Amino acid sequence: MDGSQHPLEKSSIISDKVDTTTCYMCACRCGIKVHLLDGKIRYIEGNPNHPVNKGVLCAKGSAGIMQHYSPARLSKPLRRIGERGAGEFEEIEWDEALSIATAWLSSIRETDPKRLAFFTGRDQSQALTSWWAQQFGTPNYAAHGGFCSVNMATGGVYTFGSAFWEFSEPDWDNTKYFLMLGVAEDHDSNPIKMGLSKLKNRGAKFVSVNPIQTGYSAIADEWIGITPGTDGLFVMSLMHELLRAGKIDVDYLIRYTNAPYLVIQNPGEKDHGLFARDSKDQELCWDRARNKAVPFTDATLKPAMKGSFELPDGVKVRPVFELLAERYLDEQYSPDLVASQTGIKPETIRRIAAEIAEVAFENEITINQPWTDWRGQKHEKMIGRPVAMHAMRGISAHSNGFHTCRAIHLLQILLGSIDCPGGLRYKAPYPKGFNSLPKPTGHPDQIKPNTPLPGPHLGFVQGPEDLLLDNNNGPMRIDKAFSWDAPMASHGMMHTIITNAAKGDPYKIDLLFMYMANMAWNSSMNTAETISMLTAKDESSGDYKIPKIIYSDAFYSETVPYADLILPDTTYLERWDCISMLDRPISDAEGAADGIRHPVVQPDRDVRPFQDVLIDIGSRLGLPGLVKEDGSSRFPEGYKDYITNHERMPGVGSLAGFRGENGKEKGKGKPNKNQLDSYIENGCFWYDKIPKEARYFRHANASYLDYATKMGFIKEATPIIFNLYSEPQQKFKLSAQGHGRYIPPDQHKKRIEKYFDPLPIWYEPFDQAAIDTREYPLHALTQRPAAMYHSWGSQNAWLRQIHGTNRLYIPEELAKANNIIDEDWVFVSSRKGRIKVRVKLMKGVNSKTIWTWNGIGKRTGAWNLDDNAKEYTEGFLLNHLIDDLLPTNEHNYNYSNSDPITGQAAWFDVRVKIEKVPSKEQNEDTKSQPQFNRVKLPPTMPNRPNIIKYTVNKDDIK
Amino acid sequence: MTALPQNTKTKLGLVIDLDICVGCHACSVNCKEWNTSGYHAPMTDTAPYGADPTGVWFNRVHAYEIQRPAGESQTVYFPKSCLHCEDAPCVTVCPTGASYKREEDGIVLVNEDLCIGCKLCSWACPYGAREYDSSEGVMKKCTLCIDKIYNENLPEESRQPACVSTCPANARHFGDLGDPDSDVSKMVKSRGGYDLMPEQNTKPVNKYLPPRTRQMGPNSITSKAKLEDASPDGGFLGWLDKVLSD
Repeated sequence: MDGSQHPLEKSSIISDKVDTTTCYMCACRCGIKVHLLDGKIRYIEGNPNHPVNKGVLCAKGSAGIMQHYSPARLSKPLRRIGERGAGEFEEIEWDEALSIATAWLSSIRETDPKRLAFFTGRDQSQALTSWWAQQFGTPNYAAHGGFCSVNMATGGVYTFGSAFWEFSEPDWDNTKYFLMLGVAEDHDSNPIKMGLSKLKNRGAKFVSVNPIQTGYSAIADEWIGITPGTDGLFVMSLMHELLRAGKIDVDYLIRYTNAPYLVIQNPGEKDHGLFARDSKDQELCWDRARNKAVPFTDATLKPAMKGSFELPDGVKVRPVFELLAERYLDEQYSPDLVASQTGIKPETIRRIAAEIAEVAFENEITINQPWTDWRGQKHEKMIGRPVAMHAMRGISAHSNGFHTCRAIHLLQILLGSIDCPGGLRYKAPYPKGFNSLPKPTGHPDQIKPNTPLPGPHLGFVQGPEDLLLDNNNGPMRIDKAFSWDAPMASHGMMHTIITNAAKGDPYKIDLLFMYMANMAWNSSMNTAETISMLTAKDESSGDYKIPKIIYSDAFYSETVPYADLILPDTTYLERWDCISMLDRPISDAEGAADGIRHPVVQPDRDVRPFQDVLIDIGSRLGLPGLVKEDGSSRFPEGYKDYITNHERMPGVGSLAGFRGENGKEKGKGKPNKNQLDSYIENGCFWYDKIPKEARYFRHANASYLDYATKMGFIKEATPIIFNLYSEPQQKFKLSAQGHGRYIPPDQHKKRIEKYFDPLPIWYEPFDQAAIDTREYPLHALTQRPAAMYHSWGSQNAWLRQIHGTNRLYIPEELAKANNIIDEDWVFVSSRKGRIKVRVKLMKGVNSKTIWTWNGIGKRTGAWNLDDNAKEYTEGFLLNHLIDDLLPTNEHNYNYSNSDPITGQAAWFDVRVKIEKVPSKEQNEDTKSQPQFNRVKLPPTMPNRPNIIKYTVNKDDIK
Repeated sequence: MTALPQNTKTKLGLVIDLDICVGCHACSVNCKEWNTSGYHAPMTDTAPYGADPTGVWFNRVHAYEIQRPAGESQTVYFPKSCLHCEDAPCVTVCPTGASYKREEDGIVLVNEDLCIGCKLCSWACPYGAREYDSSEGVMKKCTLCIDKIYNENLPEESRQPACVSTCPANARHFGDLGDPDSDVSKMVKSRGGYDLMPEQNTKPVNKYLPPRTRQMGPNSITSKAKLEDASPDGGFLGWLDKVLSD
């Protein structure tokens, strides 16, 4: 006999049920098909019909089974019985847990609602959580955007009414030149891989600007290993070159941007640098033909783009464009002068500028699709400048990230490549003008006991008058968002709450309530001190400085031991969820889309979906909107009920598809009781193809603006004019110069005046400017491993075989100079701390940069791993080196280590030095440092098997 | 000691595009996920939560750094699995007949019932593509998802190896490399697909597509090295005047 006689079942039964739902192993929100056999998960694959991933699935998504059956899963509500941080808990019933939470929350709400700080992490239910916090009445709510990528969101929205990633994507099918800046292998995982593949197969050029040559950068036609924090200089130098050569789309600038707007020239006065407006508050431009100022909306306008003019009232004005050209034509942005700081040769910068210009202006593409702009002018064709860009964390996580992000958008706008064929395309419900978006809520007169906030917490300020300030001109919010510390902190500043709450700065809170954010570990800067603040006690009372902490998570993460009450969550396969147009939907450039999750398996333990729990607590508290007049719950079936029946405005709810009583309406329509069934039938998503004539130039496209208004994405069909010049920036600058009703306290004046600028500027990252760079010559970064990003929990048996430990990657020449070889132990020090780690040598890295994978190191005990797991013994975090505060300034004050405009955490600013551990000590104490006490496990944790033989099979053969 | 078929009716295999593989490991994990309940079930993981978790993986992605002739570095990701060789030394070395190559499609399989776990095949395979499951005492390997590609319980479009259907970069392709007119054969031809370690004379069916020539310098879609001034006389603003006067 030989093997070929082996009976082979080629058509085995794979499943008795295939459910679609939405993945949650990272932030991409791919559609998945879950094959179930006898209620067990047999196989998870990508859903071919889904707009995000079109059938593909990454390593994380494919490892969902191991996340679901993880031994790190929590099993039951827990109440702390030992000291905080020890991990000593007792199990309690849900009823008791919910009663405790309700009692704590209700006494706060009855007295001073702002003493609740409610912050959520990487959850995707912010449409619910923010609304809940609004009903509660605390101003202290945000999700994790402040420590993630708010610079990208804010820089984008204030410039072109959208942002990279979630609200735009490169025109993968048409672009011929793709410039990717600072993508640390992060967002948007699968769509970027799919897109790069298309580009390369079409013969487009892909340039990656990144200090590290891994992942996407590995397949780039050209890798530019830029020095961290200098991308702004590089981009401004490209603008310098394009302007110098006249390689800009003047027609596009006149049509769609504020380039022709007239800016008042009145130095030292309150209107200096603001736009000249007529009596109807319309922005004025100088008409070349009529030689007078007329409104931008004038249909026959032929605007001047340069020159100094005088308005009838004697006010002197100049067009935005001239100010812009003047700034970036300055020699300081010439390739020769930015070369040494950026680490990019001048001839490379010149060549990249020339290549971009060549593709944009000599390789334009045309789609024969007539369309009409907002002025009513008809266009026979859609003409594209096929240069597209994408940028993310490497730009965002610097204290100069807001301006750098704006600079990248300015570059695209000068080329005329926003939402044109081949450029960067919008995704619904964006674009939205920044001035059409809500302003933040939480002014002193809006915070009252037992009273909801009258609007959303987070928003876009238009000037100092929109800041959330207390009666002493100080912050209203515990995280100091929307205060003079961080005026445009549109996503809040979650990374500051533990420090601020422990210090009672700006005030004390009673309860910190968090969901799905590992703040006692890899989601905080300065981890060791952050942990100590969670356990710090008031000397006189002996109480914890942060008196109560409630935390919800599905897993035993490092943060769980620091909470007093744990509300155990389910996994993504056991819950309802909506990927909502009110939050961050799943649209692509061609269509508007949203989606749902639904339970494909039932929990086998005593856990509940956090969203159901939040609605339950809200009903127990009697929050308006959550209870009916008789006090009974408005959503007795929990989150599912809320998704279906909640209306944000009449006809606008969590989901845009299958609305109306018959389920045939889209965008707006009455709630439909069968809506979720329709979603499930449709593969758990809804997709509405945007009409052909509305798929490009959407900021100014009459049919798109009309479509978006009908769908409820925007309130009225007004164009989104691109803000090359950002007037709100100038308003802040003026306030710092003493103009207007709202003036920063003296200690903030210089900073506001310096860093707010209506045209993007570049400055040295703060942490770097604060130290002697000769002592700390290196930059330290993290990259997100494609197989683990956003699935940091090392409990995943499959993923930890790929990234079970991390090394510090250092440039070969640096290693040589320090006599370091592969696997040596080194000390890495910053002004904040020192860590001991193992190295690997690398060629493809900027010569002044060292880096590691993010979030791999774990604290012993957390995640229910064996004590000798390498995540504990060798893994490490860079977080210990990154201070959460900037050094004390001349006002004896410490700003958060963040962007001064948006409050974005400046993770990537840190400067370090390395030093080889002496040879004789190389083999002693071979553990990474620092190490922390082992945390104990809660009473009931799943068995941690010594071997896994996972199989789901018809005959259960093994 | 086990005979190979003289010819196979088809030569099913993979074409792996090194030009667009970003090293994301999607193929590895989706393969493991499918196969842990497949022909070689389970894909055992030993010490899954310990210091040295060691599992059975049919497909592994390796990362290398190379220095190009011009001096610059390049990171290369290299996914590797069984290449289903025509002259498969893992088959001929097998003392029990457990390792065999299918006549109908060329897939190399292991019949676990006959496998005695002697590991000769893993010594014979020059690619290190065999996976010994020590807890079961048998050798396991890539089956090209034989229980997926022919599975009539799955929709037509799903009848592809797991690594191929899941690859986000579309860097993996499946088909009959014995048919010169198949899409995969045409792809190999046009892109200069090559055999891994041809000197081993194993005649691998799987092929690799080399990285494309980078869009740089003379090979690029763009040709300009620098931009000229807009207007040598009037400078940029002079140029602007001209543009606006048109």
